[in-house]
Amino acid sequence: MFEPMNFVTNLQYMGVGMLCIIIVMGVLIGATVLLNKITRPKDEKKD
Amino acid sequence: MSILWETILQINWQMIVMWVIGGILIYLAIKKDMEPTLLLPMGFGAILVNLPLSGAVTRYFQNGAEITVQKYNELLAAGEEGLSVTEGALTTLFEAGISNELFPLILFIGIGAMIDFGPLLSNPKLMIFGAAAQFGIFFTLCLASVFFDINDAASIAIIGAADGPTSIVVANKLNSTYLGAIMVAAYSYMALVPIIQPPVIKLLTTKEERKIRMPYKPAAVSKTTRILFPIIITVVAGLVAPDSVSLVGFLMFGNLIRECGVLDSLSETAQKVLANLITIFLGITIATRMVWNEFLVPNTLLILGLGLVAFIFDTAGGVLFAKLLNLFMKEKINPMIGAAGISAFPMSGRVVHKMGLKEDPQNFLLMHSIGVNVSGQIASVIAGGLILNFFM
Repeated sequence: MFEPMNFVTNLQYMGVGMLCIIIVMGVLIGATVLLNKITRPKDEKKD
Repeated sequence: MSILWETILQINWQMIVMWVIGGILIYLAIKKDMEPTLLLPMGFGAILVNLPLSGAVTRYFQNGAEITVQKYNELLAAGEEGLSVTEGALTTLFEAGISNELFPLILFIGIGAMIDFGPLLSNPKLMIFGAAAQFGIFFTLCLASVFFDINDAASIAIIGAADGPTSIVVANKLNSTYLGAIMVAAYSYMALVPIIQPPVIKLLTTKEERKIRMPYKPAAVSKTTRILFPIIITVVAGLVAPDSVSLVGFLMFGNLIRECGVLDSLSETAQKVLANLITIFLGITIATRMVWNEFLVPNTLLILGLGLVAFIFDTAGGVLFAKLLNLFMKEKINPMIGAAGISAFPMSGRVVHKMGLKEDPQNFLLMHSIGVNVSGQIASVIAGGLILNFFM
C-alpha cells in the first residue's frame, strides 16, 4: 500500500504522544526533586 | 539415501539467502562484537529454521503437502479434513515465552537490576531529554503508516525505542506479522549506535556547541529516594498508560530489588543468571519469525529503512531539544547530551562522552550523558505504553 495522506492524518499521534511523554517526565522530575528535598540527609540540610 | 536426496531437493535460493543472513549476524556478533548476546542466537536460529523440512519450527500439512499457517487456519475454520501439524521446539518456545511476552518481561527484571539511577536522581532535570529523544518513534509512526496498516506501522515505529523487550512486547500485542524483521532492525541498530549517531549529532551542532563544558556537581541521593523512585515511576506510568504497566513494572521491580539493600543475592541473580538465561532463549526463539517465506519480502527492507529513520530522528529530537533549551538557559547545556536520550544503554551515553572528549580532551560529559541515557530507558517504555494505548 502507498497512502501518503496517512502521514498527515497520523500527525495527531505524534503531537499527543510527545505531549504525554513530556508531561509524564515532567511529573517524574517534580516528584524526584520533591523526594530529594524531603529525604536529603540532615547534615546536608543544615549546610 | 532417497530421504537425503528428497531433503536436499527441498533447498531453494531463499533458504540459502537466509543462511547467509544468519551467517552475517553471527559474523557481526563474533567479529564486530555487535550485540553478540542476541545477534549470535538469532543468526544461528535463522539457519536452524531455514533448513529444508526443519523440525525446529511447527509445520502444517494438508493431505501430506506442506501449507502455510495462514492457509492452515483458513482450512481449519472452513472445517476441511486431512489437516495435520508437526510441532517444532522453537515454535513451542515462542508460544510459551514470546507470544505471551513472558521472556521480554522477565528480561526487564534483569535490566532493571542492572540500572543505576543515581546520576539521574542526582540531576533529575536530565529526564526531559529522554522524552525529547522519543521523537523518532512518533515521526516513524507517521512515515510507516504511509506503507503499512496502523498496527504494523506502530510496531515498526517502536524500533526507535532502541529497546529490544519493548519492541517485542509492542509488536506482539499489536499482532504485527513483521516481528522477525523488527527484532533484527532493533538489535542491529542498537549495536550500530556508535556509527549512526555521530554524523547526525555533527550535522546538527556547531564545533563551539560540542565544546560546551558541563561541570558535574553530584548531589547526595538518599536511599529512601532510590527506593521510592521505581515505585513512583510504576504508579505514574501505570496511570498514564495502563497497557505499559507490565513493562514499566517489571523494569522497576528489578531496580527495586537492586536498591532495597536487603536482596543482594536476588539482585545479582537477576542481573546475571536470569538475564543470561532469558537472553539465550530470546534470541534463538525470535528466529522462528525469520523463516524465509515470512522474512524475505520487500517489506523487510522497508522496515530496516524505517528503523534507521527512527534512530536518526530520535537523535535529532534530543539534540534539537537541547539547543532549544539553550536559547532560554543561562548555564548552557552541551546539546550532544540530548542524543543520549535514546534508550540504547550504555552505548549512546558513551558515544556522546567520546565525542565530547574528541572536541575537548578536558570535557567530561559521561555522567550527564549516562543520566540522560537512563532517562531514555524510562521514556522509551512509556512511549511503548502510549503506542499500545493508542492502537489496542
